[in-house]
Amino acid sequence: MMEERIPVTYKYLRLHKKFPSVWCPGCGIGIVFNALIRAIDRSGLKKDEVAFVSGIGCSGRMPVYGDFDSLHVTHGRALAFATGLKLAKPDIEVITVMGDGDALAIGGNHFIHAARRNMDITAIIVNNSIYGMTGGQYSPTTPTGAKATTAMYGDVEQPFDVANLAVVAGAAFVARGAVYYAFELERLIEQAIRKKGFALVEVISHCHIHYGKMNGMPEAIDMLKWQKENTISRSQAEKEGGAGGKIIRGVLVDRSLPGYVEQYDKIIAQAQQRLGRAR
Amino acid sequence: MQGNEACAEGALAAGLRFYAGYPITPSTEIAEILSWRLPQVGGKFIQMEDELGSLAAVLGASIGGLKSTTATSGPGFSLMQENIGFAAAAEIPCVIVNVQRAGPSTGQPTSPAQGDVMQARWGTHGDHPIIALAPSSVRETFDLTIRAFNLSEKYRTPVILLMDEVVAHMRESIILPQPGEIEVVERPSPTIDPSAYLAFDNSIDVPPLASFGEGYRYHITGLFHDEAGFPTQRLDEINPWFERLFHKIERNRADIIRVQEELTSDADIVLVSYGASARSARHAMRIAREQGQQVGLLKLLTLWPFPEESVDRLAGRVKKFIVPEMNRGQIVLEVERVVRGRAEVRGVSRVDGELILPAQIEKALED
Repeated sequence: MMEERIPVTYKYLRLHKKFPSVWCPGCGIGIVFNALIRAIDRSGLKKDEVAFVSGIGCSGRMPVYGDFDSLHVTHGRALAFATGLKLAKPDIEVITVMGDGDALAIGGNHFIHAARRNMDITAIIVNNSIYGMTGGQYSPTTPTGAKATTAMYGDVEQPFDVANLAVVAGAAFVARGAVYYAFELERLIEQAIRKKGFALVEVISHCHIHYGKMNGMPEAIDMLKWQKENTISRSQAEKEGGAGGKIIRGVLVDRSLPGYVEQYDKIIAQAQQRLGRAR
Repeated sequence: MQGNEACAEGALAAGLRFYAGYPITPSTEIAEILSWRLPQVGGKFIQMEDELGSLAAVLGASIGGLKSTTATSGPGFSLMQENIGFAAAAEIPCVIVNVQRAGPSTGQPTSPAQGDVMQARWGTHGDHPIIALAPSSVRETFDLTIRAFNLSEKYRTPVILLMDEVVAHMRESIILPQPGEIEVVERPSPTIDPSAYLAFDNSIDVPPLASFGEGYRYHITGLFHDEAGFPTQRLDEINPWFERLFHKIERNRADIIRVQEELTSDADIVLVSYGASARSARHAMRIAREQGQQVGLLKLLTLWPFPEESVDRLAGRVKKFIVPEMNRGQIVLEVERVVRGRAEVRGVSRVDGELILPAQIEKALED
């Protein structure tokens, strides 16, 4: 008799009432969410040791489906809410899930400052280079020349390099994955979760409904193939002596930097010691 | 002690353990004092990158179980509106101190004003109730700051402390109550089995609030939500929630609203005022009394919900209400609304960044 195999992710889903999800068939976010859940499972964290924080947009809907404490906030403010939550509950692993518009346009200021402070948060940015939920307007990561519903002549702006932005802003850990490489993504997220300090995983994803349709890749499979052909792992790039114009996947930065949470604990100890001496 | 200092100390006395803010005159002393005082009591301070982030961090910390606040002034208060609405919808306790300054826009940073009264009520989009308190002295700032925290925790709602520059920067000698004399309210926490927990239970006015990480594993969203906190579009789930959101404040008006009446029992004319202008009003009342005029004072400590009951009761027997305020007429509209033509209602305004002086009110009394 065939044994029914239940995926590990089922243990972490809010199965009652919350499904089907809001995401379009073929969307990359489901793959990111699965990788995230498996990464949490691998990291050994209990459900009550994890909190999800998200902003607005397709990616921002992730927390509702996971059986964790979850907070779905105003547009762009996920990292700022997460900052307060982390300082109030330093023992919780605070994971923010954001899209490129949420994290980098309206939330761009919070993003660079959370990285600069090295706030102990795991940040996942699902980068599909478009505003999906509002119907395909260009975002801060839309490639120059690509079409969008607000860029019918092609986007004239230059896109952010999300991962590099986090590096120069001061993040302790920065990695880039792609939904085509789902198991690699799972390992990158696990590393980010285990990392103390601000840990970013930029995930190259796709919105075939909006971005793909306007840019010659109308099916999800077209966009997944694009990811396969246009990204390269860091180790492969090193072996080949260069990325050859492709986007590099893998861990880009992993460094030890003082973080706000532990530095502030020292401030409390110092203030209380001084107060004790004054008494 | 200075008004801003009294606010900081009042917050600590109420159990404040988290502050996130962005400096803006004339509220800066609150941040400066708390950056130094909070770590002494094991609390945390963070200077955020802007006001949107500040209130967001405050709400995150509140969900983490800490009593939290931020302090700002006019332009910063405008930036906080979106997250004030979130706090109201998600029923997250927090106190927002707005030391009002002259406006619109950047206005005059060190000049007094009371121009944010309507912004405190209607600054956010959509409908929700709000609580706003206005102190007019240093001691009152201490007391009302504690009260703001207590109401916030008791009713799971954002509470706005509307100060003004005069009160914030004024120094007065005060005697503070002993810690044992201060009533401190803690938010109700759930005692039921986590699997049965409903963070937005509509069968109770104010459902208990679980902190994250305590095993209740629930969802909070700014979207319309059901009793468990999940987004919903069902009218049978949305309407009861909206009803409760308003009921929890409206049914408890008597507990929330505080006013002070002085010499109103025999008054022909009642001055209705709040904050710094209530001090000038009180002075004008005394001078008018010396000259034989029957003038009384209704000082509003709670601005929102508006103390309709007090105005309504007086409306039947006084001839005239005069409302001195440092704006072009905001609370005067509420007084008119409640009086409904039963007495004359006049506003006394000043918006040039100077305090309304008693002489200006005396002149209005003579007219």
